[in-house]
Amino acid sequence: MTAAVDIHEAVKRYGSVTALHRVDLSISDNEFFTLLGPSGCGKTTLLRMIAGFEDVTEGEVRLFGENIARLEPNRRPVNTVFQHYALFPHMTVIENVAFGLKMKGVDAATRRGRAGRMLDMVHLSAFADRMPDQLSGGQQQRVALARALAPEPKVLLLDEPLSALDLKLRQAMRVELKQLQQDTGITFIFVTHDQEEALTMSDRIAVMSEGRVQQVGTARDIYEAPVNRFVADFIGETNLLEVDVARVEGGTAEVVLPGGHRITCPSATTAPGRHHLSIRPERISLSAEADLTATVDRVVYLGTDLQVMVRLEGGTPFSLRMQNAARVSPPEPGATVGLHLEEGAARLLAD
Amino acid sequence: MAGPGPSGASGDATYAGLVRPLLLPTWAVVGILMVLPVCLMAVYSFLTKEFRGGVIWDFTLAAYDQFFITRGLFGDEPARIEWTYIGIFWRSIWQAGLATLLCLFIGFPTAWFIATRPARSRGVWLFLITIPYWVNLLIRTVSLKFLIRETGPLNESLMAIGLIDTPLPLVNTNLAVQLGLFYSYLPFMVLPIYAAVERYNFALSEAAADLYASRLATLREVVLPVVKPGIVAGCILVFVPSLGAFLAPDLLGGAKTFMLGSLIDEQFKGSQGNWPFGAAVAMILMTLVMTVLILYARAQARGARR
Ligand SMILES: Nc1ncnc2c1ncn2[C@@H]1O[C@H](COP(=O)(O)OP(=O)(O)OP(=O)(O)O)[C@@H](O)[C@H]1O
Ligand SMILES: [Mg+2]
Repeated sequence: MTAAVDIHEAVKRYGSVTALHRVDLSISDNEFFTLLGPSGCGKTTLLRMIAGFEDVTEGEVRLFGENIARLEPNRRPVNTVFQHYALFPHMTVIENVAFGLKMKGVDAATRRGRAGRMLDMVHLSAFADRMPDQLSGGQQQRVALARALAPEPKVLLLDEPLSALDLKLRQAMRVELKQLQQDTGITFIFVTHDQEEALTMSDRIAVMSEGRVQQVGTARDIYEAPVNRFVADFIGETNLLEVDVARVEGGTAEVVLPGGHRITCPSATTAPGRHHLSIRPERISLSAEADLTATVDRVVYLGTDLQVMVRLEGGTPFSLRMQNAARVSPPEPGATVGLHLEEGAARLLAD
Repeated sequence: MAGPGPSGASGDATYAGLVRPLLLPTWAVVGILMVLPVCLMAVYSFLTKEFRGGVIWDFTLAAYDQFFITRGLFGDEPARIEWTYIGIFWRSIWQAGLATLLCLFIGFPTAWFIATRPARSRGVWLFLITIPYWVNLLIRTVSLKFLIRETGPLNESLMAIGLIDTPLPLVNTNLAVQLGLFYSYLPFMVLPIYAAVERYNFALSEAAADLYASRLATLREVVLPVVKPGIVAGCILVFVPSLGAFLAPDLLGGAKTFMLGSLIDEQFKGSQGNWPFGAAVAMILMTLVMTVLILYARAQARGARR
């Protein structure tokens, strides 16, 4: 099956600034695909290249197998929900939503009907005749969504559409967006810098940093099996330890922990030498059967969890999480504790 | 007048007493420079004309009668509508309208160009636009006449490169008058449109293109409606003074391009003048302009209330 969007070694340069370095991505039809990364990593740039607002310096962007380099934005079967909505201020809500259909030459009655159904879908039927500046941010965001969906694009691009909303609305919209994507079967390419948003909605995620795609995979892949320090650190919380690799073979490595203890763990690299080890805080337990010994600094109460901040023998800070269960008694600051790494807690990174 | 100022709560009488005196200069300027002259014109338009200029204080509708009604050359025929002045009126509206359109077609792209330059060079471009306007309007109009006359540089160079064999008779035509008006009032078109385009959010154009609008459709459906207030302001600022202009029609036009401004101008000059008639024409012009502006403002307000 041809991919909905195929980005092949795409480079984007603005003068001397390189915004994207040789990006390779293949997004399948009907997929909810997320571009995740910190501010300035090139998410918007990549989205704008797919929409046609930026030309590709080198490389190719293919849409259902067709190279679209020469295709004007208005000829691409792609619609965008803009980062700042960009609603037409001189049109009513319903006129905004019907605009794409009007430009496609759909007759007035049909487009009014379709636009009305779109507004229904985003629960804004009562606002059809308002002007955009008479709506709240969240309502404007939903109008932008309805406007982009109305012409039934093959691919929908969403540039941080939830960033202006408050937490409650954001959580509700996540569910709605995901549902909408499943109902319509449209390929969604969703941009966010919020990892929780990415993890909860996406079929697959591309983690980006400094104009490069660091890793592509399902939420589970990138959380459980990060390839490098950036991904391990950006997704969730982690402890990074620099360790010596004793032996690597077939995706498994034997490493030497500080204190001399040896463990085997999955590895993202095949090269021996010094590498970083990512250890997830929730996969560590306090135990006499210790892989590492540490001194407790302090215990932070987080409600469902307790975060225990410790220091390893060399002074490296380290943290672990314990469930806040009734039978658990947290360690006292100053106490020496043994840390046990559970199955799958540690992973050797490529850098 | 005495709105709730900071003095209101404390009842500070000295401060409250100052409000009126402080407003006096404003009232004086508006009163002396605007209200008084207009009232004077209104009154004069109902007085009897004195030969060699001036008025006699006798109330009459003669001036308006002269404008709208004729009773033949010797005043002995039945009253008919006088088309001469209405014709001049109509021609003026037509000329001013064409000049406004010309300003719009040149001014919009110019304003667009300036507003889309990098922020620091915009000031320079705006400054360049205003440079010709440091020269007196009369001098500018005369120099335009020199430029386009039969032996002027425009015709000579066109002939030199062989585009034409005989000089184009540009002076004393409608086109010359429109060019003159265009040249006189172009910045009044450029500046308000510039201000509107500068505020325009270009993401809207991207959104339109994203939703299948061609460039032309984007211009028609999104750009023009959004910057419309600037366009309307520019058109009013060019159309209104063009309607009453007399320098350009006098210097660049001939008898066939006679406009309202010249008609009014003539009534107040020399012994041929007729002050009440000049005042009446001015009043009629002002009434027309005000009516159009008020109707437009009403329509806008209705649109905004939606
Ligand atoms: N027109 C431009 N000229 C020069 N550099 C640009 C231009 N547009 C973007 N950049 C640079 O390209 C890089 C990527 O920008 P981009 O807008 O894609 O980031 P982003 O990931 O969308 O960030 P954010 O989360 O803040 O929206 C940034 O370093 C930015 O400074
Ligand atoms: Mg962005």
